[in-house]
Amino acid sequence: MAVKLVFLGKLADLANAPEREVAGPLDWAGLLAALPGPLGEAARGERVKLALNGRVLPDKTSLSATDGDEIALLPPVSGG
Amino acid sequence: MIMPSAEADPVRIVRLVEHGFDPTAEVMPFAESLPQAGGIASFVGKVRPGGDVEALELSHYAPLTLAGMESLADDTLARFPLDGILVLHRVGIMRPTEPIVLVAAAARHRRAAIEAVDFAMDHLKSDAWFWKREKRADGWHWIEPREQDHADLARWSTSTK
Repeated sequence: MAVKLVFLGKLADLANAPEREVAGPLDWAGLLAALPGPLGEAARGERVKLALNGRVLPDKTSLSATDGDEIALLPPVSGG
Repeated sequence: MIMPSAEADPVRIVRLVEHGFDPTAEVMPFAESLPQAGGIASFVGKVRPGGDVEALELSHYAPLTLAGMESLADDTLARFPLDGILVLHRVGIMRPTEPIVLVAAAARHRRAAIEAVDFAMDHLKSDAWFWKREKRADGWHWIEPREQDHADLARWSTSTK
């Protein structure tokens, strides 16, 4: 078991994969540590949101994930 | 405001579509299933031809995208006196001229149907959970949100999202 990261939109390009698994538990600092370079910078961006198990977090820095959880990194939507 | 008829709950059909679809083949049975509706309005959005766009790809995040569309359909039903609403959206890779979105609304009278479609489309275009990229001669490019889409959304000033 681990925490699954899902990268949407251009974040998938930065991650070179749509998904990645990292060891849990994971908080905001832990997530950033797991995402060095441009991906981590993008995650810090004001317009990038996080969803934990399908629910968008009102404050992404309050992230608290454990093994089996899924975190989605959501850049601004392009709309339909 | 005229409230929806209490005779029956309005019909709500919301789907993500993985392959090409025929909007007419979707709207006809929807309309026929609601004989009490005196007016059916529909909008079909297609991948716009022109420029050097060879293909469009829409990606989505299943836990959010469909739930968000269902919530939008519910908001639309709550706002307009409808007998039914149909919202279909493509995901995956599309070519120019292919349908990408279909919204249809059925109501007793035309204005509710027409306005409901307009409302749902403005919300779909601006804040639905889709990420879009275009393939041009030099490769794939991610599409950023358009200011116009947000301006369109602001028309519905009591928007809840």
